[in-house]
Formats: sequence, structure tokens, C-alpha cells
Amino acid sequence: MKSEVKARPVSPARGRRLGALVFLSPGLAYLVVLMLVPLALLLSDTVFQRGRFGGIVYEFTTENFERLLDPLYLNVVVNSLKLAALTTLIALLLGYPTAYLIAQLPRKWKTVALVAIVLPFWTNFIIRVYAWIMLLSGPGLVNSGLKALGLGPIEVLYTEGAIVTGLLYSYLPLMVLPLYAAIDRLDPQLREASANLGASAFTTFRKVTFPLTLPAVMTGSLFVFVPSFGNFVIPELLGGSKSIMVGNLIRDQFLKARDWPFGATLALALVVALVLLLLAQSWMARRA
Amino acid sequence: MLRIDGVSRRFGDITALDDVTLEIGQGEFFALLGPSGCGKTTLLRIVAGFETPDAGTVTLDGEDLLSRPPNRRPISLMFQSYALFPHMTVAKNVAYGLEREGLARQEVKKRVGEVLETVGLSAHAGRKPAQLSGGQRQRVALARSIVKRPRLLLLDEPLSALDKKVRADMQLELKRLQNEVGITFVVVTHDQEEAMSLADRIAVFDRGQVCQVDEPISLYERPRTPFVADFVGANNLFPGTASGLDGIKSEQFGMLPGRPLTELPAGAEALLAVRPEKIRLADENAARGVAGSVLDVSFYGGVSHISVDVPGHDRPVLAAVQGAAAVRPGAKVKVRWEAGDAVVVAVDQ
Repeated sequence: MKSEVKARPVSPARGRRLGALVFLSPGLAYLVVLMLVPLALLLSDTVFQRGRFGGIVYEFTTENFERLLDPLYLNVVVNSLKLAALTTLIALLLGYPTAYLIAQLPRKWKTVALVAIVLPFWTNFIIRVYAWIMLLSGPGLVNSGLKALGLGPIEVLYTEGAIVTGLLYSYLPLMVLPLYAAIDRLDPQLREASANLGASAFTTFRKVTFPLTLPAVMTGSLFVFVPSFGNFVIPELLGGSKSIMVGNLIRDQFLKARDWPFGATLALALVVALVLLLLAQSWMARRA
Repeated sequence: MLRIDGVSRRFGDITALDDVTLEIGQGEFFALLGPSGCGKTTLLRIVAGFETPDAGTVTLDGEDLLSRPPNRRPISLMFQSYALFPHMTVAKNVAYGLEREGLARQEVKKRVGEVLETVGLSAHAGRKPAQLSGGQRQRVALARSIVKRPRLLLLDEPLSALDKKVRADMQLELKRLQNEVGITFVVVTHDQEEAMSLADRIAVFDRGQVCQVDEPISLYERPRTPFVADFVGANNLFPGTASGLDGIKSEQFGMLPGRPLTELPAGAEALLAVRPEKIRLADENAARGVAGSVLDVSFYGGVSHISVDVPGHDRPVLAAVQGAAAVRPGAKVKVRWEAGDAVVVAVDQ
């Protein structure tokens, strides 16, 4: 018996684990070097002081966290939350009907519609945002259209509305795709069963279709909310100097104010907020 | 109560239903029987309102059904897949239809309790469909359909997803339930045994047309078309021409005895059908009968099936005898039957 055990170099389970490690190691190395280490550095910066001419003085302080509660900065965070939430809400209101309609199309047209949804991603993100500057600017297409209707011109560019428009444009596909996947997977007989039991189309949606796609609603909302909340390119280009989001603030702390410790603290706050959100989402998805 | 008159439905080049006319009576247990793709499910979906016919009318107690949307028809449909709402408990699933009627919460609760009692699922009211067995799910679907007390209950292949043992139990259960609630049942099935054991009357479908509407015993004993003779139950079929006497004239076997069901002019193409249980095996030297040799004997407990290879006949002749068979494979025999035990069916040109 003993010799038999010895003859086997590794147990099957251990062999499988070793094999898994081989395949996982490139990804693991990537995550450790490019994400965990920088994150740890960032985390450690939050408790040190800034140097007079930038850089970090390695003396412990809680000052950075105290500054976080300053209404000046708190307002920026709240404003970012507001804009990201508004973007997410509009994306849901636009994205759900879109995804629903695509799911009802014949197979061939579904593919066409889905390609159309992801097509903008083939152009550089910055260029697409620049295009919005053209569209929204004083003599741009939006204003000349409004003028022709006798409604304009109004100031669109460099407002919060422009930021929301830009965010919405950029991240709407991330709402549509998970919703489409969920709606398309629904058994159409569930809707028929609901109608057969006397439910109107609206009741069927409210009681059957929507509850069954709720996990996808949460996934899509998260996909839109997360990049919107921390975004700094879109507010920078479309929001002008008046509105500032937490992403811009962090960028400014690192690159303009040269206050790395406070920038790190803001970044940490952002990460913590998003992780809490993710946890809430997965908790709700498990309950649904 | 349910009148289907001249209903046709085409999908592109395929004719799913071709001028179907049926009348189903109050309290009847009616079966639509046919192979898959014969249009029976399409007919069910038209009655429920999920398909619209190209032509024809459907009325329930004289009221036009086709002009009403599916959610305003006093008809319940039990789906083949059951289509239970996966995010709701058993009780919620069953209550769904009653809540749509706007009944008071107390009333809903009472009726859900009663119907779960009827199908024997009171103990599972709080479970989700995913936590139930196939048979239990089927009973939830049934409870959900009958709790609204519809005038008509449509069942699409109600037992096809169940294994054999559960299916037999559910067959009895369905029949008992139909007696108890007194609702008209229309069941769609491709399983002829299921149709025979459940239904008061059966309509046999073939390629979008109704071949025959009859009680199970008549359907079995007096099939009116070759398709029905072949599809309903096991049968031995011999082609030939009507002889004017009791029997047909077969090219290979000469005169074969059988009773024509309808007047057949002599020389008309006809098919003779004789059930396996009516076939007798005789010694190879017997005076009458068709000569052949035993191919295979299978013992099923109560009965044995004997297949006999008959030269000149493309399919082996099947005979069923009580108990264990006395013959062995390879034995030379003659198969024979009484004229009264075989039927002669006209073949449409």
C-alpha cells in the first residue's frame, strides 16, 4: 500500500491545481505588477505629507483624510455622483427599450443591430468626444438645428448637460449589451403564459420581463456608472472650467497641484465607493 | 361549445392548417392527435390567441374568439414547457391569474390554497419552480391553469416532459381532475396511447388536415383512412384492390378476408388492416393463411409479440398472443385472421 502511494508523484487534485497555476500565472503576474503593487503604493501615500515642492515627505499624518471632508471637495464628489447617476438613469431609460427591440428582431437583423451598437468603439474615444465639441458648440449642428426650429441658440457646450451627453454617448452600449443578452435569453413562452393568465402587455413587463432582467439592469447600470463617476476626459473637454468631477480633481492633484498624497486619498475614496457599489450589486443579484 | 370552422394557416410555403373544422362539446375531454409538425399545436395557439388564422372562424359558446386579445379569452393554456415564472414561488405562480382579475387578497389566498390542495402541493407553496421535480412542476402548471376556472383548458403535450412512471400517474390524475372541475379539456399530443387513454374523442391530424374524429374505440377498430390505420396503434397493412366481397385482392397473396367500412366499388384501391392481437398463427400446412417464417419473439409479461417475415410483404407481420409464445424463431407458420377482425380502408387517389 505504502509503495503504491509513493509511486504516484502528485495526487490528481494537486496536479490539477499545478496545471491551473501554470495557466493562471501570466494573468496573475500582470495583475500583481500592474495593479496590486501600484494600488499598495497609492494606499501608502495617503498617510504621508506632501513635500513643499511636490513629492512625498514620509511623515505620518491624517490630514489628507480630514481634507476629504472639506465641503469644497465633498461637493465635487457629490456632484460627480449626481452626474454619474443621472447618466446611468438616462442610459437605462434609453437602453432598455433599445435592447428589448433588438431582442425581438429576426436573427439576421439582430446581428446588424448589435454591430451598429458596438461600431462607435472602433473609433478612438478622444476623437469621438472632440466630435461632440463640434456638434454642441455655438455654431454647431445642435444649435443651428434649434435655431431653425426657432428655439435657439442656447448654450450647450461647457455645461453639465454636455457632460451627461458625452458620458451617455460613450457608455450607452455598455448598458444595451447586457440587457440585450438577458432579454434575448428570456423564454418567450413566459410572456405568453402571462398574457394567457389575463395580464396586459404592461403588467407582463412589470411582473415578468422586468423582474427577470433585473440582474442585467444592475450589471448595465454598474457598467455605465463606474466609468462615468471617475471620468475626467469628458468633463475636461465638454464641461469647460466651470464644472469639475472627481476624476478631474484627482488628475489636478497629481499633475497640477503636485499634491500626490491628497490625490491618492481622493483616488482611494473613489475606489472604495465603487467597490462598495459592486458589493451591493452582487448582493442584490444573488437575492434576485 | 368550441367551434372551429374552416381554419387555415400558412407559414410561407408550409400549410400548417388546411380548412380545419371541429366542434368540441361542453365538458368533453378532447384530444388533437398527430405526428409532430401536423399543425395541432398551431391550432391550439390560434384558439389561445398567439397565432391568427389566414381564414376561418373560432367561436366559444357562440362568441367570436378571434377578435379578442389573448389576455381577454376565458381560456387557459398549459404550455409544453410549463412556462412557470422562475422568480415566483409556487403560490405566487398560481395566484398570478387571480391577481390579474383583481380579486381580493383573501379570496386569492383561499382559492390558491384550495387548488394546491387538489393537486397535492400544499406543502410546496413556498418553493421556487427550480426546487421542484418535473412531475411537481407539471402539477403547478396545471394548478395555475385551472385556478382561474376557465371555460376551456388547452394542454400542449402535457405529459411529454415526464418519465414513463410519473406519466402514468399523471394521466390518471388529469382524468380525475377533469371529472372534478368539469372544465372542457383539449389536449394536444403525438402519443396515441396517451390520447386513447385520456380522451372522450380524438381528432387525428395529418399534414394540417383532420383525418378522422372519433371515440378511441371506434378510431382503433374502424380507422377511416390509411393514415389513421397506420398511426393509431400497431397495425398490419396489406395493399390491394376492393373485391366487392368481404376482403381485398392482393397481388402477392390473392384474396385476403376483411370487412369494408364503406361501400367500395370493385377494383378500387384499398388497404386491409388487421391488428396484431387478431392475428392467429397456424401450422405451415394449414389450408388458409399467408405463409411466412418467425423472425423474432419478444416476451412482455402479459403478452408476447411475434414478428413473422412474409415473403412478398415489405414489413414483418406482427402478432400478439397472450402469455408466453409457443413458437421459436425460424419456425415455418401461416398467419391468418377472421374476416370480421380485419377492416378494409379506401385509399384516396
